Amino acid sequence: MKSLIRRRHRQVRAVDDIAFEIDQGEVVGFLGPNGAGKTTTLKMLSGLLYPTSGEARVLGHVPSKRERDYLRRITLVMGNRNQLQWDLPALDSYELNRAIYRLPRGDFTQLRDELIELLDVGDLVRKPLRNLSLGERMKVEIVGSLLHRPQVLFLDEPTIGLDVTMQKRIRTFVAEYNRRFDATVLLTSHYMADVEALCRRVIVIHHGKILFDGPLARLGDQFEAFKTLSVELEDTGADLSGYGDVLEREDGRVKLPVRKEETARVTARLLAERDVADLTVEDPPIEDVIELVFAQERPE
Amino acid sequence: MNAEAGAVRSYLDYYLTRARVQIQSNFQYRVATYMWMIGMLAEPVVYLVVWTTISEQQGGDVQGITTGQFAAYYIVWTLVRNMNIVFTPYGWEWRIREGQLSASLLRPLHPIHEDIAGFAGWKVVTIILWLPIAAVLWLAFDPEFDVRTAEIAAFCAAIWGAYLIRTMFLTSLGMVTFWTTRVSALFELMVGLELLLSGRLVPLPLMPDWAEEIANVLPFKWSFYFPIETLVGDMSNRELLEGLGMQLLWIVALTGLFLVVWRFAVKRYSAVGN
Repeated sequence: MKSLIRRRHRQVRAVDDIAFEIDQGEVVGFLGPNGAGKTTTLKMLSGLLYPTSGEARVLGHVPSKRERDYLRRITLVMGNRNQLQWDLPALDSYELNRAIYRLPRGDFTQLRDELIELLDVGDLVRKPLRNLSLGERMKVEIVGSLLHRPQVLFLDEPTIGLDVTMQKRIRTFVAEYNRRFDATVLLTSHYMADVEALCRRVIVIHHGKILFDGPLARLGDQFEAFKTLSVELEDTGADLSGYGDVLEREDGRVKLPVRKEETARVTARLLAERDVADLTVEDPPIEDVIELVFAQERPE
Repeated sequence: MNAEAGAVRSYLDYYLTRARVQIQSNFQYRVATYMWMIGMLAEPVVYLVVWTTISEQQGGDVQGITTGQFAAYYIVWTLVRNMNIVFTPYGWEWRIREGQLSASLLRPLHPIHEDIAGFAGWKVVTIILWLPIAAVLWLAFDPEFDVRTAEIAAFCAAIWGAYLIRTMFLTSLGMVTFWTTRVSALFELMVGLELLLSGRLVPLPLMPDWAEEIANVLPFKWSFYFPIETLVGDMSNRELLEGLGMQLLWIVALTGLFLVVWRFAVKRYSAVGN
């Protein structure tokens, strides 16, 4: 009842003292669970949000000033947000973008046609946006957001809700755009396939703080606690419980999770004590590693 | 071509393209737009019937305004009212609450241009669709018109002046939604004042003197009564020019107010949702 008369306010830091640099042409995956601060960071970097403290610089500009020269050089694609005219064919919205970004007609037409061909949306751009499926809409949205040839792409869940084929198509397209125009890409996605296909470097954010910034391959080294031993024995029915909890047993092959620091010792024991036909040491899937990172407590 | 001329040309290109896109979009829903416009006729037709009845009961006029002049007033009213429909504070409330402003803020163009150009395109559709409605009302109510070329020219400018005054007024009011997303009380208060002091409910000469004096120092009259009077009233060329000058003054003042408030308001945008 007291709150009806006197409201209580609590300030939450969506992003808290994070720092990173990205070189031109890099494709960086920005990972984190829901509410980690990914989209907030992207919105700050694209000039949508005014940070309460700290400094951000992109392409030599302070994003929050939203200078025209800056906005002409970036784009923010949001997976579940339309930026094109709902009732009109995308071609009309592209024409509007030409006028907004003051693009010379020749350059505009050439790039528009190239992008349309690359994403194979020649028929779709002539239909009203409202008649397109989610995946089709995302493809024509992406074309629209790149017509001004941005040097920095902020991609917020660009493949959300799309089927596997469409996701792959968009991944290939982003990689091609990055290669052709040496564009910098900061990508958030909950689909690890996006991250694995596009990003050599990932930044993991949680509770508004950066937990990891480095090559994707090193993420596992830092956070994974277990490796998986996959063993095939001559004696297919042998009991291996003395080496660890059996995770899976199928067609004579047994999977054993082993603590990372004990991997060498357990492997040596198995080879010495058992008739091993085949043995491999596997890293856990990247999804599992990310899940492990997200499960960590808020860092001090 | 120097930089200024290039910038003007770019703005012109944008305004024409945006208006064209909006016209295409509105023509897609022309039947719905028409139904909506016809629905809006209820208000002026009620006023018209009431005033013509009073006028006829009083021997053909009310304080010098004849039945035919009332008819002319409320027929022109229908167009001016449609020109006065602009992006409201409710629209700003929705934009901010839903994070819809984000796409506009990402473009290298102030979002106000999108509103002005977009609604201007809609007005073109409105004017075209209004002509048959005006013809029907003309036949039904037999208005009295005595119009000079200068008045027609002034009217053509004044309806766009009215559009810009109301756009900038409601946009400035819409800035309040950056601080509170419940702007309806303020907006409804404004609509009430506007109803009385703009000439929308009653032609201003029929109001008490003190109300007319208040109306003179507020923007409402210049976005409603004045454009109607350019065509219906008997104004000299000097009065027409002075009225257009007042409209310009209000446009500049309200644009200035909007730009100042915008600088503070946009920093509060939280881009909620996505």
